[in-house]
Amino acid sequence: MTLIVEGLTIDHGAIRAISNVSFKVPQGQLAAIIGSNGAGKTTLLRTLSGLKKATSGSATWDGHSILDKRTEDLARSGIVHVSDGKSVIAELTVKDNLALPGIWRKDKKDVASATTEVIEMFPILGQRLSQSAGSLSGGERQMLAIGRALIARPKLLLLDEPSLGLAPLIVEQIFQTIKLLVTKMDLTVVLVEQNAMGALKIANEGIVLNLGSVVAVDSANKLLSDPALRAAYLGF
Amino acid sequence: MNQFITAVLTSLSSGAIYALMSISLVLVWRSTRVINFAQAAQAVLTTYIGYEVITRSGSFWLGLIVAVIAGGIIGAGIDILFMREIFKRASTGPIAMIAPVVATTALLGVIYSLIGFIWGISYKTIEAPVSTNGLSIFGSVVAFSPFNLLVLITVTISMVVLTILFQKTNIGLALRASAHAPEISKLSGIKVDAVRTLGWAIAGGAGSLAGMLYIPGSYLYPNSMAVLLVFGFIAAVIGGLDSLFGAVAGAMVLGFAINFSASYVSYKLVFPTAFVILILVLLIKPNGIFSSGKGRRD
Repeated sequence: MTLIVEGLTIDHGAIRAISNVSFKVPQGQLAAIIGSNGAGKTTLLRTLSGLKKATSGSATWDGHSILDKRTEDLARSGIVHVSDGKSVIAELTVKDNLALPGIWRKDKKDVASATTEVIEMFPILGQRLSQSAGSLSGGERQMLAIGRALIARPKLLLLDEPSLGLAPLIVEQIFQTIKLLVTKMDLTVVLVEQNAMGALKIANEGIVLNLGSVVAVDSANKLLSDPALRAAYLGF
Repeated sequence: MNQFITAVLTSLSSGAIYALMSISLVLVWRSTRVINFAQAAQAVLTTYIGYEVITRSGSFWLGLIVAVIAGGIIGAGIDILFMREIFKRASTGPIAMIAPVVATTALLGVIYSLIGFIWGISYKTIEAPVSTNGLSIFGSVVAFSPFNLLVLITVTISMVVLTILFQKTNIGLALRASAHAPEISKLSGIKVDAVRTLGWAIAGGAGSLAGMLYIPGSYLYPNSMAVLLVFGFIAAVIGGLDSLFGAVAGAMVLGFAINFSASYVSYKLVFPTAFVILILVLLIKPNGIFSSGKGRRD
């Protein structure tokens, strides 16, 4: 199973947000899409999860087009998007947030074991089950959002800025968790990040976006060690 | 003392009916951000349907069940045929706020006309399954009838069923999640459009139940539920529009205020009381006295 994006172009009304973007993410790999604010990273991810319509181009997962599918159907087929910041339902309890994939998943036994795994991975969530998600800290919300995505048993995980607004120590913890998902659970992950250094350190491959176009695609290590690229686009 | 007990009982039973109408408005508001002005007409229409069933079968309860089911179907139909299409075409900007209001108001008129076309404008009556004459308490007749008691019991049962549905079932979780955060719900694999339609269906059913409990002891004619819609709306606003608990609590506040002012001062105070409460709530706590205080999102 591979994610293949070819010639993808996306418009916001009259403004071109993403222009002719192509890349591939093979199964079990972590691709980091990096670039500054306004580079079109979030738009790209929202299109891959069906929240936004593409203007032209194609995107396939496991050979099937994903651009003409509804968001909820993609989620059910294993393409799960954790939207930016704190993608939790603040008014619901932690337990109810985690229960959302269980509404439609048929295999209730596996839902239960997935939930147990998530609580083992993020023990703090286990202590906060009956609290409202709105009362959690930023880091805890991110754990809850990722945890909820995992209970859907995703194959392709789309993560939008999981480090946004989090303290450095928590960011490190979240990044290590994401790396673990790829190495231990064989997930395919597309990680959108402004924190380019942190993202490239855990990624296999990096895709650098600038003003809606791909300016570099290479292994994460090479991107990290390219001084010209670092100075021009990555800001470190 | 008698007057006090009577006022409490009538407050509870009229508050219960306002609560049903209020719930039907709140259910639609929280999932769609639309005040469904057509709800009054939907309830009148289904009460006419209930009237036809009762006339033919002689059973009030059969009429009530048919009316509630019809209300659910009509509610779902309005969402599928009109609201989905409107939101597809007018999703952003001022038009997105105005279009649904125009649409539900237009539907109000269309359904009223349809009713007039089919049944005419003459007054009809629905025979209650139990007496609508005041009970005799301590030797004097009070303004609380066995039917009022039945209303109270029926509404209480409906509230318990709705609470279990919303708090204890997966369907309820999907309804709550979709109302609070449609996008995150979609990303979690919930079919938000279908869930929203279900919300309209439950709302339609609740409105129809309100209508069937409102008309016995009164008259059925095309405009017979305008007052019920206004009171249901005021109750919803008092409760903060977003919360089912608030809808019921707001309806009870309204029921007590109206019945106590009518009983102790004058029946002429029914409408002034309702509007004074509405204005006070909007002035002092515009998010509703039972809302979480976070404010409405719109």
